[in-house]
Amino acid sequence: MALQPASTEIATRTASIIQQMQGLEGPLLPILHGVQEEFGYVPKEALPVIADALNLSRAEVHGVVSFYHDFRKNPAGRHVLKLCQAESCQSMGSDEVADKLKKLLGIDFHETTHDGSVTLEPVYCLGLCACSPAALLDGEPIGRLDDVKIGEIVREVRT
Amino acid sequence: MIPRIYIPGDSGALALGADKVAKAIESELAARGVEAKIIRNGSRGAYFLEPMVEVATATGRIAYGPVQPSDVKSLFDSGFLTGSPHKRWLGDPAKIPFLARQTRLTFARCGVIDPFSLDAYERLDGLKGLRKATTMQPADIVREVTESGLRGRGGAGFPTGIKWKTVLDTPADRKYIVCNADEGDSGTFADRMIMEGDPFVLIEGMAIAGIATGATKGFIYIRSEYPHAVAAMNKAAAIARKAGVLGASVLGSSYAFDIEVRVGAGAYVCGEETSLLDSLEGKRGEVRAKPPLPAHKGLFGKPTVINNVISLASVPVILDKGAAFYQNFGLGRSRGTIPIQIAGNVRYGGLFEAAFGLTLGEIVEEIGGGTRSGRPVKAVQVGGPLGAYFPRALFDTPFDYEAFAARDGLIGHAGIVVFDDTADMLKQARFAMEFCAIESCGKCTPCRIGSQRGVEVLDRLARNIEPEKQLALVTDLCNTMKFGSLCALGGFTPYPVMSALTHFPEDFKPAPVAEAAE
Repeated sequence: MALQPASTEIATRTASIIQQMQGLEGPLLPILHGVQEEFGYVPKEALPVIADALNLSRAEVHGVVSFYHDFRKNPAGRHVLKLCQAESCQSMGSDEVADKLKKLLGIDFHETTHDGSVTLEPVYCLGLCACSPAALLDGEPIGRLDDVKIGEIVREVRT
Repeated sequence: MIPRIYIPGDSGALALGADKVAKAIESELAARGVEAKIIRNGSRGAYFLEPMVEVATATGRIAYGPVQPSDVKSLFDSGFLTGSPHKRWLGDPAKIPFLARQTRLTFARCGVIDPFSLDAYERLDGLKGLRKATTMQPADIVREVTESGLRGRGGAGFPTGIKWKTVLDTPADRKYIVCNADEGDSGTFADRMIMEGDPFVLIEGMAIAGIATGATKGFIYIRSEYPHAVAAMNKAAAIARKAGVLGASVLGSSYAFDIEVRVGAGAYVCGEETSLLDSLEGKRGEVRAKPPLPAHKGLFGKPTVINNVISLASVPVILDKGAAFYQNFGLGRSRGTIPIQIAGNVRYGGLFEAAFGLTLGEIVEEIGGGTRSGRPVKAVQVGGPLGAYFPRALFDTPFDYEAFAARDGLIGHAGIVVFDDTADMLKQARFAMEFCAIESCGKCTPCRIGSQRGVEVLDRLARNIEPEKQLALVTDLCNTMKFGSLCALGGFTPYPVMSALTHFPEDFKPAPVAEAAE
């Protein structure tokens, strides 16, 4: 598991992200995206810094962070595999694909492998519905998942 | 002339290996010492042929597909740079039956040109609509859009011109154009395709909307599941700004308009317009009660046009060719063309832009070619996770807003997901409730609590616990959700549930379980 930075360091790095985005109209979501990009998750130590800068209560910032599926409370693995579980992919057997991958990786959805190599997340539509079942591995799309492609994914995240 | 090779950079093509094909072609060119220009175009939308590689020959484009990296060597051997025959040869892409049958107005350039070449865009009629708009009175632009009959392509089908007129007529110091690119419905990818394949058409449509309503700032809210579309729109906006299409003086006119791209954070409900506005403001994406309408009090309390990507991307052709031209296509009160997205378990999946009026059967059987698995079609879900499941018996329904409403369905964002006979409709109904429970913003009780109870009731039904009682309960619950929810998430979840129940009652009668001997 990746080491988590100290809280003072989180505060400093968060402050510099805020500085870049504070001029935007409605800057909270861009800031949170920036923080997650920086740390791989949204550390709870970042929330009071953001709240202070935007003149919001900590509860309001927490409310926003917890509302959106994208923002993680814990660091993700080195790879993030988002597996589509929406209707189009269901019609092409995404349930079985998910079962196979969970078994091969030894984790359930929203979990990270013990060696920190990969986080598995369900996603509801990637807009790849004409090549279902589909996934996004570290932002790169993969369509028509079959046993061969599942094997390739597992090999890639393990290396 | 150096040969030009077109290899799609569209996410759907990438998902099928377009980057690997591009790499193989590059190294083959290098190995053979042949010079050629590789252009990464969008996709034409025939995903069953992707990755589809095209070469520009003296007599026009010749397409090859689906191309795998292992095909590349033999493509060069047989002389594909001059369009020679090969087992992947498809000929003139415009004559491929799936593409030849379409009426491409909104998607005219998508998959044809380099998405980031403003020159290529202008050569194929790009910016004509915006140029015209800069010389017109705002009220005349609005009238043109109203007369075209264009209705919101996001799903609600509200007349676009009426929305614009309300914003035009509402005085304010600042107004906004918001493009809803939170395309979350399963089975839909039209917004993604246009943003990746012809981003300038969206920018042009938004700039026209700005001039027509007096707005100077536009936001494109793109879902985070679309990283390539986000990158494409950012890149295109920067190019448009540099070329003076956006900025303090749009195409040298007295109008100012600029665009900012924003990224969602995985909440399906943010596709609902008022929830999207709250999200843009940096709040929880909770649905607002209406009134006030966004056209009166929208983003940051200012008058706001909020339109779907395809609605805005359809505006340039309307301004360029006139309301009458666009209005001429279609059926009844559904005018113009609609990009139908054929998805799921289907043989010829992809985007099919056509005038309204094709029947569901024509789309699924003739154009889509039936299921990919080769088994019989059992059901098709039209309009995303909030759309109804249609059985084959209703395949005569014409693709038209009113015709679908009359059969307790909706066309939504025009996505069609095909299921073969292995589909379990009770499971699909349960998923609809579960999805609503996961994605509910939590503001109104029928949606937040109703969807949870819906999952439980359907689970009891699956376990055969007092089935008659559960059926009555789920029907009543759907009624409450339909009429008591604040927005379409809770309000439309009953469509997939009740249509599954009505059209496939056999799936809701669980197999009799043998009594366990005690």
